Amino acid sequence: MYKILEREVLSDVTKLMVVEAPQIARKAKAGQFIIVIMHEHGERIPLTIADFDREAGTITMIFQEVGKSTMEMGLMQVGDGFKTIVGPLGHPTEIENFGSVICVGGGVGIAPVYPIARALKEAGNEVISVIGARTKELLLWEDKMRAVSSELIVTTDDGSYGRKALVTVPLKEILEARPGEITKIWAIGPAIMMKFVAATTKPFNVPTIVSLNTIMVDGTGMCGGCRVLMDDGAQFVCVDGPEFDGHRVDWNNLLSRISFYRSEEQSAVERWRESHKCKLDRAVAEGVK
Amino acid sequence: MAELTKKERMKIPRQAMPVQEPDDRVENFSEVALGFTLELARREAERCLQCKDPHCMEGCPVEVTIPEFIEAVRVGDLAKAVEVMKAKNNLPAICGRVCPQEVQCEERCILGKKGKPVAIGRLERYVGDFELANNTFAVTKAPSTGKKVAVVGSGPAGLTCAVDLGRMGHDVTIFESLHIPGGVLVYGIPEFRLPKSVIRAEIETAAKALGIEILSDHVIGRTLTIDELQTQFDAIFLGTGAGLPMFMRIGGINLNGVMSANEFLTRVNLMKGYQFPDYDTPVKVGKKVAVIGAGNVAMDSARCALRLQSLRAKANGVERGEVHIVYRRSPAEVPARLEEVHHAEEEGVIFDFLTNPIEILADDKGGIRAMRCIRMELGEPDDSGRRRPVPIQGSEFEMEVDQVVFALGTSPNPLVFVNADGLQRSKYGTVVADQETGRTTMEGIWAGGDVVTGAATVISAMGAGKRAAADMHRYLGGENPWQEIAQN
Repeated sequence: MYKILEREVLSDVTKLMVVEAPQIARKAKAGQFIIVIMHEHGERIPLTIADFDREAGTITMIFQEVGKSTMEMGLMQVGDGFKTIVGPLGHPTEIENFGSVICVGGGVGIAPVYPIARALKEAGNEVISVIGARTKELLLWEDKMRAVSSELIVTTDDGSYGRKALVTVPLKEILEARPGEITKIWAIGPAIMMKFVAATTKPFNVPTIVSLNTIMVDGTGMCGGCRVLMDDGAQFVCVDGPEFDGHRVDWNNLLSRISFYRSEEQSAVERWRESHKCKLDRAVAEGVK
Repeated sequence: MAELTKKERMKIPRQAMPVQEPDDRVENFSEVALGFTLELARREAERCLQCKDPHCMEGCPVEVTIPEFIEAVRVGDLAKAVEVMKAKNNLPAICGRVCPQEVQCEERCILGKKGKPVAIGRLERYVGDFELANNTFAVTKAPSTGKKVAVVGSGPAGLTCAVDLGRMGHDVTIFESLHIPGGVLVYGIPEFRLPKSVIRAEIETAAKALGIEILSDHVIGRTLTIDELQTQFDAIFLGTGAGLPMFMRIGGINLNGVMSANEFLTRVNLMKGYQFPDYDTPVKVGKKVAVIGAGNVAMDSARCALRLQSLRAKANGVERGEVHIVYRRSPAEVPARLEEVHHAEEEGVIFDFLTNPIEILADDKGGIRAMRCIRMELGEPDDSGRRRPVPIQGSEFEMEVDQVVFALGTSPNPLVFVNADGLQRSKYGTVVADQETGRTTMEGIWAGGDVVTGAATVISAMGAGKRAAADMHRYLGGENPWQEIAQN
């Protein structure tokens, strides 16, 4: 069992957990991911590693409650444990001194961008960061990102905090203001955001790395469910990625593939809500607080 | 019981395996073949002529003394039968179910010359199941040698190697990348052919008796690498199988609904997708499914699809749908076991021979509308000795399907080779290892099973695990073939 040592509520639907996993912490590098299974009936859930502490033997994961499994995970408490955590999987981010770079994080994608930005800064890069979310509530780790960035721009779609804009707007402004100076860009967030970041940076010809979170089962190259169509053929996100050249990804195919199980996901959520409502009703009826 | 004469024995017909009827079994994932009763087993055992020079054993990769265990069944001494069996084969309940006996032991049975061979596989399964239920046999471990061995992969090759080394007194640790041990036995072979409870029981019994530690969730190449294992263990066996799926290089392979047999079977078997939403992993089945290929994995995929369709039909009162096996060669070249093909046919799988997909066509929602195929004919024999299928010009047609499952074979997963540059591999990605001993090009590392041969059978992997264990034992005892090679 992999025990939860810390739990933090970052928003109504975003939770942070620090979990005991010394073997994975020992090996983890920025850009890699893990797969967790909650219990006997659980599915294999891929999550990007948000942080790790080799000495404490812990890894940090941040997830948004988007389906039945993540909702159930959100209820796990300190002292509870995962049946399985396996990793670190995928290739680490290629870190070197590229010069001036931009890190873009959207929503829960800010978490996995953080260790990359930190490593880039440690390698001597000038790191400019742009983080954004739909609304203020969903922003996270602004302080941590600020600490590893020479400049930090915060946006929200609804203007409830920071600048009212999509992340692509300030991104484009920086690229225009500093022509030829930015050598590399990382973007992690919802697929649709990464698609538009790639579209924004393409005219400027700045290499843009995205971290893909496709549907996957084993995470070790066995099932091929995660395959992404690149301009020269299919690749497996789990073993060839998770980072890819955003300018070469077939985004429409990716967006279509990640929604393949949507109806099953919805029915599982409804069933989960229903069973939880029943439990709540019973608890109220029995006078349990 | 009165002793029968040879003539009388030869008159007994081969006993039929009791099975679930096709109409019933397509609505569940329970085992199809129900197993012999004691009476059936003893009657079948009565057929064995107890040859002085038995050929059946030559066909067994793990050299089970077949006539001896059959004789014990015949006289009803099942504990003895188990003892004889387990001297060579630690996983009889598994092998009895999935070995292709018809091309191994049973093919060489003398009775098969004129009639039907002794049902050795079914008897083996009977003995294995008896042992799982009764635990008569205590596996014994030789005095500890103090040597530590790492076995990478808990499929048939790794398990066999681990158990043999354990019996020889070595301290064995198995590393498994998935969350349940068993490898392809668990993720690939469906419940209706090999129940998970059988695998679990057979593995747990052996591991417990021999003090073998099984570390699941350890991806060698990621969580730990081979060079790290080398510092902690005296010898390493690689039995990592052939886990990478192959896709055809045709248009449309990334459409929704196109998947590898590995993904489809893993969702159904390992993750129990057929019990969604009680289990969290979903699995989808189309109204008209095309499985490409005709090996055992293709049959397993087709039969799983059929069951999922039947369960959906029963639950929602809709039409069941269709499952097709699409194969570019003819029935004569089908690589799957005859029994599996027969079961698939009985259950209603439709076979489209001499047919090859050339493109998968999209619907307007990113899914599959149809599969464009071409008819084939058989030409001159190819490298495999089978007649090469050649496309018939102008015979293209569209097959309306909404799911395509590729079961075209697999190749070794290269993940394990991280930080193991000295390990020589073939152009197919398989590990180069001595056929007799399993020695690789790196000192102290052996390999066997699909990672060496490419996708093959459970029992050939077990044979390789066994031969490697014997050689590793010699090495751990002080012989060093690598040094001898270097000196010469």
